[in-house]
Order: sequence, then structure tokens, then C-alpha cells
Amino acid sequence: MMKGIKKWRLFALMTTLLVFLAGCGREEISTLIPAGKVAQDQFNLLILSSVVMLFVIIVVSIIFVLAIVKFRRSKMGEDMIPEQVEGSARLEFLWTAVPIVLLLILAVPTVYSTFDLADVSTMDVQTEDGNSSHLTVNVTGKLYWWEFEYPEQGIVTAQELVVPTDERVYFNLISADIKHSFWIPSIGGKLDVNPENVNTFYLEFDQESSELEDGVFYGKCAELCGPSHALMDFKVKSVDREEFDQWVTAMQEEPTPAEDAVAQEGQELFEQSCIACHATSGVGGTGGVGPNLATFGDRNRIAGYLEHDEENLKNWIADPQEYKPGNLMPDPESLNDGEPFTEQQLDSLAAYLMGLTVEE
Amino acid sequence: MSSIAQKKGFGATIWDFMTTVDHKKIAILYLISGGFFFLVGGLEAMLIRVQLATAGNDFLSAGTYNEIITMHGTTMIFLAAMPILLAFMNAIMPLQIGARDVAFPFLNSLGFWLFFFGGIFLNLSWFMGGAPDAGWTNYASLALASEGHGIDFYSLGLTISGFGTLIAGINFLVTIINMRAPGMTYMRMPLFTWTTFVASALILLAFPPLTVGLFFMVFDRMFGASFFAVEMGGNTIIWEHLFWIFGHPEVYILILPAFGIFSEIFAIFSRKRLFGYTALVFATILIGFYGFMVWAHHMFTVGLGPTANAVFALATMIIAVPTGIKIFNWLLTIWGGNISFTTPMIYAVAFIPSFVAGGVTGVMQAIAPLDYQLHDSYFIVAHFHYVIVGGVVLAILAGTHLYWPKMFGTMLSEKLGKWTFWFFFIGFHLTFFIQHFLGLMGMPRRVYTFGADQGWDLFNAISSAGAVLMAIGVIILLVNVVMTSIKNERVGNDPWGDGRTLEWAIASPPPFYNFAQTPLVRGLDTFWIEKMDGNKKGMIYAEPLGDIHMPNGSIIPFVISLGMFIASFGALYFLDGDKPWALAVLIIGLVITFGSMLVRSLKDDLGFHITKAELLEDAKGGNTDGH
Amino acid sequence: MDINQRYTPQSWPEHPETATMEGKNKFIGFWLLLAAETVTFASLFATYLALKDKGPSGMEFSAAGLFELPLVFAMTMILLTSSLTSVYAMYHMKNHNFKAMQAWLGITVLLGATFLGLEIYEFNHYVHLGFGYTNSAFSSAFYTLVGTHGAHVLFGLSWFIALMLRNAKRGLNMYNAPKFYLASLYWHFIDVVWVFIFTVVYLMGVIG
Repeated sequence: MMKGIKKWRLFALMTTLLVFLAGCGREEISTLIPAGKVAQDQFNLLILSSVVMLFVIIVVSIIFVLAIVKFRRSKMGEDMIPEQVEGSARLEFLWTAVPIVLLLILAVPTVYSTFDLADVSTMDVQTEDGNSSHLTVNVTGKLYWWEFEYPEQGIVTAQELVVPTDERVYFNLISADIKHSFWIPSIGGKLDVNPENVNTFYLEFDQESSELEDGVFYGKCAELCGPSHALMDFKVKSVDREEFDQWVTAMQEEPTPAEDAVAQEGQELFEQSCIACHATSGVGGTGGVGPNLATFGDRNRIAGYLEHDEENLKNWIADPQEYKPGNLMPDPESLNDGEPFTEQQLDSLAAYLMGLTVEE
Repeated sequence: MSSIAQKKGFGATIWDFMTTVDHKKIAILYLISGGFFFLVGGLEAMLIRVQLATAGNDFLSAGTYNEIITMHGTTMIFLAAMPILLAFMNAIMPLQIGARDVAFPFLNSLGFWLFFFGGIFLNLSWFMGGAPDAGWTNYASLALASEGHGIDFYSLGLTISGFGTLIAGINFLVTIINMRAPGMTYMRMPLFTWTTFVASALILLAFPPLTVGLFFMVFDRMFGASFFAVEMGGNTIIWEHLFWIFGHPEVYILILPAFGIFSEIFAIFSRKRLFGYTALVFATILIGFYGFMVWAHHMFTVGLGPTANAVFALATMIIAVPTGIKIFNWLLTIWGGNISFTTPMIYAVAFIPSFVAGGVTGVMQAIAPLDYQLHDSYFIVAHFHYVIVGGVVLAILAGTHLYWPKMFGTMLSEKLGKWTFWFFFIGFHLTFFIQHFLGLMGMPRRVYTFGADQGWDLFNAISSAGAVLMAIGVIILLVNVVMTSIKNERVGNDPWGDGRTLEWAIASPPPFYNFAQTPLVRGLDTFWIEKMDGNKKGMIYAEPLGDIHMPNGSIIPFVISLGMFIASFGALYFLDGDKPWALAVLIIGLVITFGSMLVRSLKDDLGFHITKAELLEDAKGGNTDGH
Repeated sequence: MDINQRYTPQSWPEHPETATMEGKNKFIGFWLLLAAETVTFASLFATYLALKDKGPSGMEFSAAGLFELPLVFAMTMILLTSSLTSVYAMYHMKNHNFKAMQAWLGITVLLGATFLGLEIYEFNHYVHLGFGYTNSAFSSAFYTLVGTHGAHVLFGLSWFIALMLRNAKRGLNMYNAPKFYLASLYWHFIDVVWVFIFTVVYLMGVIG
């Protein structure tokens, strides 16, 4: 058994070491590197509770190790019959009272924070000119992508949420089909996206995403919603208020038609095959069958998770089920008179889509 | 197992087990089928860990992966952990209270066969068009949208096996209330009997909401109802409530008997009375009671509002108090004892740090705002595996070694048992400890793959490596079982030497009528008291040797369950346009079930008597198997 | 226990339902089963209340418009009366008066069957109005709650009838006394559930 404890210690040491080696995960997605008020509050609770719990573990471990070392049969003798102790009321009181105190330490910030994070009372506060003082985004979860509507601004986008930094942003969440859950780990905890009711909460983005290695925060669906649940990713761009306003203005403009020949060909094809589901103008409301593509060229990923390059885009269009099983995008055959898209058609579509941009 | 059983042909043995109403044989049936499903669920776990060993792995497709995680969870909870615990309850609890059998031997058999056919039905989905794929929680919007019949297999299979479990629960409750030996007051009952009692009460009150939820699911999917169909005014959150009103007590249904087994082990192998027996009993009752008031902590992110979340957060935290009381009482039981590190005791000792680790992460998740981050991430996966594997599975492995001699009359190898332990224990921590950090690093639960760009590769690889060690541990256990059965060295009443409670005062395995004379209980740890008093007869008996009344065996429980099994196929295919025979199958199945119930109620079954002469003959010769 | 032992009203125990070990076990076990049944109905009631008046947009049915109290009130009275007659039956069972017990049980069964008939009429009426089982979440929840109760009534009736026929020739003994007792206990439970249905579904439905 002594050997066992040594093994166990060694193992514990190794794991701790590994944890430090691997750091705390990637800053784009780790809850351990909070980049907003909500995640920071939650991280503080994590640290507080970890400290309290570590105390419990240490107390238990000390008694435990002493007990199994001191009272082994090899030491006590084969025939020794220990005293049959019944118990101790004083000890029972002690280990009832101390945990209650520890729990009270945790309970106060828990209750405070529960109400604080659910406080959306300032959501509808208006400035003097009748506009909301805070940004509200309506999020719709769909199989397997996210739609972001900015009702005040009259624009809609998909898959990439753009938000201003250093202010409260409110979110209304609803699902168009199956229950999802909206989670941006480094910004704040998740909230379910239910099919029957709107859930509302707020987040704050304290860091500009351009400072990150990948330039965006990673968002996830956290509720099993079908085969491609794992791939229902989205990205978050946090920019300062000024840049955000510029982005909104650009979104509100009509998209410029494609310029070079290949892209024009792509646009023609797009307007025959894809436009029924995909809008290319950022102006409008929710309810698209497929994601709005107005910002496609500015995005960080294809289909939410593939590298953003033409090769992946072509592969994705050519066979959507291969990359996101169970998604609702039709096969090319059903749009192109029973034929798959030719390499040329794919090239032109890719050229056109990559040109859809509202950023410089 | 006795000389007579060995003379029996294979067919006769099978028939004997199909018709048995003996709690000890039913225990063996539960152990074998639960063990089988444990291996199935373990295989599924290995497939999961292979798939997640590297980023972007395509070993399993997305759809298959969802089927496997669903079946892994469902199998392990309903078809492995619970039945194996029911096996120990059946084998040991009636002996611990000195009862002749359980209160309803016939229903005991019916409960087993319902569970068994339900489990087989659920697993047949693999071969009949696809397994359920909406997670073991089967959330309604996804479940309603799921194509094929997987979800129908889930709902019908769990309904049937749930009835079986409910019956078992009522049976144990009545047994403990009515059939305790003279002198066995409630506060002299061994802890395992107490935990069986409370867990059975939880079964009684927790399973009906699940059954109701499953019925809604069946009606929605197969008969066009709209409980969960949002566009028809339905509400999917109702499913979540019903599921977790069942689901949280279910966790305690599993962990309380585990606590019971460990309580027995601590006392036996420390050679010391349980410290704070009364506190342990009341902590058990409190945990069972609170278990019904905290279900919404599984739903913190659903959007129930801050008031509900705060209330349920506080209620959940309170559970830590009775659980802590238990941990400290166990520690004080071994403190000052004389500890013998047998295989069961090693498991029990290892259980304490493992379970404390699982417990403290539970409290962390009770902090609602923090749970918004932890919920549905790998942190929760780590947490419940620490509780279920670190608590329940360690208890099952410990109980297997502890009670094997009592159930089969021969000891599992201690040497192989320790090998199993080290592989399993190290593998367990290696697999799941690191998953806490995966969750904190943003990895959601139930993802069939992850990108290489998320920073989760290394930890997932380590986790998968740990799973291999656990698998090796289980394989060694199987080898141990086979070798032990071949060697078949018989043991006496009290093979561990330090038995304290009544089950160690009777032969291993016990005769089919249990104690020939009902023992008189003189206090807690009654067998220990007699040993310390130097009682050569083993026990003091409360009655003179006389005729014993026994129930008859019956095939009817098997037939009733078979009828429900058949009817389920009818219900399953009822709405498929191309299967006109479905309705006929449904009706035939129900006729078989209700017909055999009618036969049971019209035909008097008065049992038979074992005469005093036969008992005396037995005492000399050792016929332990009866008919 | 000897099934052939003959009893007289004098030798018949005061509580025949719990006079044997089997009887005691059944007695406790059945009460526990009723606890489980209570939770079942509580779940059904909660679901019904959550889904009351919920349906596809533009649904024309609501509890206030649909239910008619006079018929349901009559059903309630009939079922309450049947509970009373089963009490009389048990009174005679305890006095070892087999014939009187059978007679009162017969009346109980008749009343129960009338109740069930009226319930079927009521359901039929709603279906003809277009309020079918698959009409809405409201209709699913309503029929499931009330229908589950109806299924319990049907089961209780079958149980009574089976017991009466099986024991018609051989009279009361210690083997079947607990069975009669439990069937009647079950009948009371069904009655209590109905009182809740009458209050929660019908009264509260029509009034508010």
C-alpha cells in the first residue's frame, strides 16, 4: 500500500506538471483566461470555490493518510481487537458546523452573482433621442449555424458575431428548431437556446479580438442538437465602438456587385442556385433558411470550423454533408440539374463569395 | 453450485433460473446480466475514447458517435450499475435482517425479468435500424426530431425495465419493514440494509415521473400527441423537469447502496464498529430527502430565472453537509481500527479521496453562476464520472470481491483482485482528472470531434490512455472470475474472518431457505456480538426448529415480461405505414401479459413446506440447493 | 395458512387483511404502490396545468369553453357513491358476511361501470367537436390525465369482477380477504384522484 501511495503521489505530481505545461488552454476559448466581466466574475467564483474545496481536500487527506498509515494490521498485530467506539456527539457537531460555515462563504457570492448576471433591467433604457442605450442582438440557433440580428440597426449576419467592446451587450436567444446552447467560454457562461421561449442575458467584451492570435473569440453550441453539434461553432469579433459603428454603416449599404469576370460568373450562378436560401445583403430580418452571406469574405472560418480558404469553400459547397452531417444545405445535384458543380463553377462561386465583404 | 446443482443438466439449470423465486438466485441473475451490460457499456466507452484520442479523428461518424454516447450512458446507469447493486441487495439484504426471503418472491422474479427484457429490447436497437442518439437525457426537441426508431427503443425499453426496478424497490421496502428477525430494530440494521431501504424509497418516488415522461415521449412519437411539439403548443422543458425529478434521485439510488457497501467494508476490515452509526443513518435519510429538492440544478442554464436558480443552488449546497458527515464518520471508523488491506478494503480506502474529489466539484457546480461555465462542458463529464465511477463502480468492484464468497461459496483471487484495482484506479484518475481542465478550457460535452486549433489534443490523448488502463483492469477481473470458478475452493460461513453482520453467520452460499431457525438479534453487528461472547453455535435462535413455508417457483414472471417485450415491438412499428402486422403484434403481446397475470390471479399458489426432518437431514449433509 | 380452513363470524379475525404475514406484506406493499401512483398523477397534473389551453396558434378550444359541469358533477357523485358502497362491502367482509359483501361489491361495480360509460360518452362528445387527442398540447394533456384515471377505473372494475367470480363459490378465507381489501383500497384511491381531477381540471377550468 505504501508503494501505492507513492505511485499515486507521483501520478498527481505528473498531472499537475502537465497542466502547467499545457497552460490554461487557448485564450480564444478558455474560461481560465476571462476576457469580459461575466467570465471574470465566474472565474473569481471558480478560484474562491477551489480554495475552499482545496481546504476540505487537505483536511480529509491528512486524516485519511494518517489513519491508513497508523492503523495497519501489520502494526497493530494480527489478533488485536480495537475498542468498539460508538461515536462522538462533539465531533459530529464539529463536522456539521464547519461545512455549513464554508458553504455560507460560498452562498453569499453565489446568490449575489446569480441575480447580478440575470439583471437585464437596463436593457430597454433609452437615451434622449429614443434609441436604446445598449446594443441588443437577437440570436437564433439553427441546425447547425447561428443567426445574429441587430434589430435597432436593421441588419442581420450569421456565424460571426460583431460586438463593441467595453459595454454591455444584451442577447435574446431563441431556437428555430432544436434546443441549442449559446456559449462563448472566454466571455461568459452559457445560456440555453430554447425552441419555446426567448432567453435574455448580457455579456461584456473587455478585449478587442484583434489582439488574439486568431483574431476572434470562439463560440460553441453546448447542447447536443444532432450529428453536427460538435461543429456548430461561431466566432466573435469584438471591436471598439467606433469601428463597430463603421461596420454597422457598411452593413447597411447595398452590396456592390462583383467586379472581375470569374466572380461575376459566380454571382450569376449564385443567383440561380443559392439565393433562395442565402441573402447577400446585411439589411433585413431573421428567418433565413441559410446563413446570411453579406460578410462572407471577412470571416475567419468556412462552415464555422474549416480554415478560411477557397479550397475548403469549394469542398464544402461540393459536398456539404461530408463536412457537416445532417445540415440542411442541399447537395449541388439538386440545384444544378442533377449534376455536381464543375471545378470551374466552384471556382467562380468561391471567387464571388470571397469577394462579399463589408470591411476594408 | 452444490452437489445437486452439478448433477443437473444444462437445460434443467436454465429452467431452474427462469422459474426461480429465490432471492439468492435472482441476485445471481442480476449480477450476470448487469455484468454483461457493464461490459457492453465499457466497450462503448472505449469506442468514445478512441474517437476522441486525436483531433479531427474519423474513426466514428457523427451519427454513430451520438448513438454510442447515448447507449453508453443509458446502459451504464439503467442496465449495469443499478442491476448490479440490485444483485447485492437481493443477495445480502434479506440475510442481513435474518429474513426467510423477500416479501414478494414472485414479484422479485418479475422485477428481474422486466429489467432484463427491457435491457435486451433497448440494445436490439443496434441491430434494428439504429440506436437512440439524443443522449441519455433524451432532451425532447432533439428526441422528437430524431429519425428512425432509436428513441422509440429508448422510451419503450426504459419503460419496461423501469417497471421492473419499481417493483424491486417496493419489494425491498416491504421486506425491510415487515420481515426483520426478532430483535432487529431499525437502529440495529446494518448500514447496507439502511441504504437499500432509502434507495428503494427513492426508486418508489423517482421512477414514476420518468415513466410519465417516457409515456409522453411514446405518445408524441408514436401516437401523434403533442406534449413536446412546440408548434402544437407543447413545451420541451416539461421533459427536462420530469427527467431530472427522476434523474437526480437516481444518482442517489446509485450512490447510497455504494455508501452502504463501503460502510460494511470499513467496519469489517478495520475490525471496528462503525463510528457514529446513528449519524450515518440520519445522513443517509437526509441525502435521500434532499435528493428530491435539487433537480433544477441540472437546469441552471435553461433560463428558469435567478430566483429559481438561487434557491436550487442553496438547496444543492446543503447536500454537502450530510455527505461530509459520512466521509468523516468513515475516516473515524478506520481511525483506531486494525486495518487489513484486502481487495475490498483497498477499494474502500481509494473511494474516499476519489469521491471527495467528485463531491467538491459537485459543490462548485452548485454555484449557479459558475455552473453557467461548467454546465455541459467536460468539467461536468469529469464530475459525474468521479462520483459514479469513483463512488458507485468502485463500490461494485469492492462488493463483487466482498460478497463473491457469500454468493458463490468461493473466494476471488486476492492477488488478481489487487492487480485489477491498481489498473482500474490509476486508469480512472488518468482518464477523468484531466477532463476537468478540458472543460475549463472550453471543450463542450458530447462533441464527436474537436479541431486541432482548440488546444485540447494533449489532454484528450492522456484521457484515452487512461481508459485503456481501466479496460485492462476489467479484463483481469474477468480472468479472476474464470480462474476462481475453475478452482472452486469452498469456503465457510465467514471467509473474511471479521464478519460482523448476520450474512456471515450462515453458510456460503446459504441454503435456499436461508436460516433454518430465525436468529435472535441482540444488537448492532449481531454476529460480532455472538463471536465476542464465544457463542459456538454462531447465533442464538429465536424459534425452535420447525417446518418452513416456501413459495413455489414460477415461469409466469418470465412470460409476463416476454409479453411486454413482444408488445413493445408492436407499439414501435405502429405508425410505420408499411407494417400492418404491428397492431397484431401489439395485441398479441398484451394478451400474453394480461393473460398470464390473470392465470396468476386465478390459480392459487400456496407454496410448499420443508419439514423439520428434511432440515435436520440438511444440517448433516448439506443440501443447499433445494429442488 | 390453510386455504380450506372454514371461519365463522366469531372465529374470523378483526383485521383479516393483515392477519397473515402475506396479508401484512400486501397491505404495506400496496400502500407503497399507491405512493408511487400519487407521484404519477402529480406529474400528470403538473403537465396538464402547464399545457392547459396551449395549442397551435388560433386554436378554438379552451377549458372554459369546452367543459360542461352538470355531466361531470353527475359522474363525480356516482363515483363518490361507489366509494361509499365499497366501504359497506368491506364492513361486511370484516363481519364475514360473504353474500352481503358480494352484493355491495356488485353495486360498486355497476356504479363504476356507469361512471366509465359517462366518461366515454364525454370523450366521444369532445372528439365530435373536433377536440381530438392529437389536436393540441392541451388535448393531449387532458386526455392523458383523465384517460389514465379512466384506465385505472377500468382496471379496478376488472379486479373486482375477477375477485367476485373467482371466489363466488368458496367464500371468504384468509387467502382472499386481503385481496378484497386491497381492491377496495385501490377503489378509494381512484376516487380521491377523481376529486382532484374534478377540482383542478373541471371546476378550475370552467371558473378560471
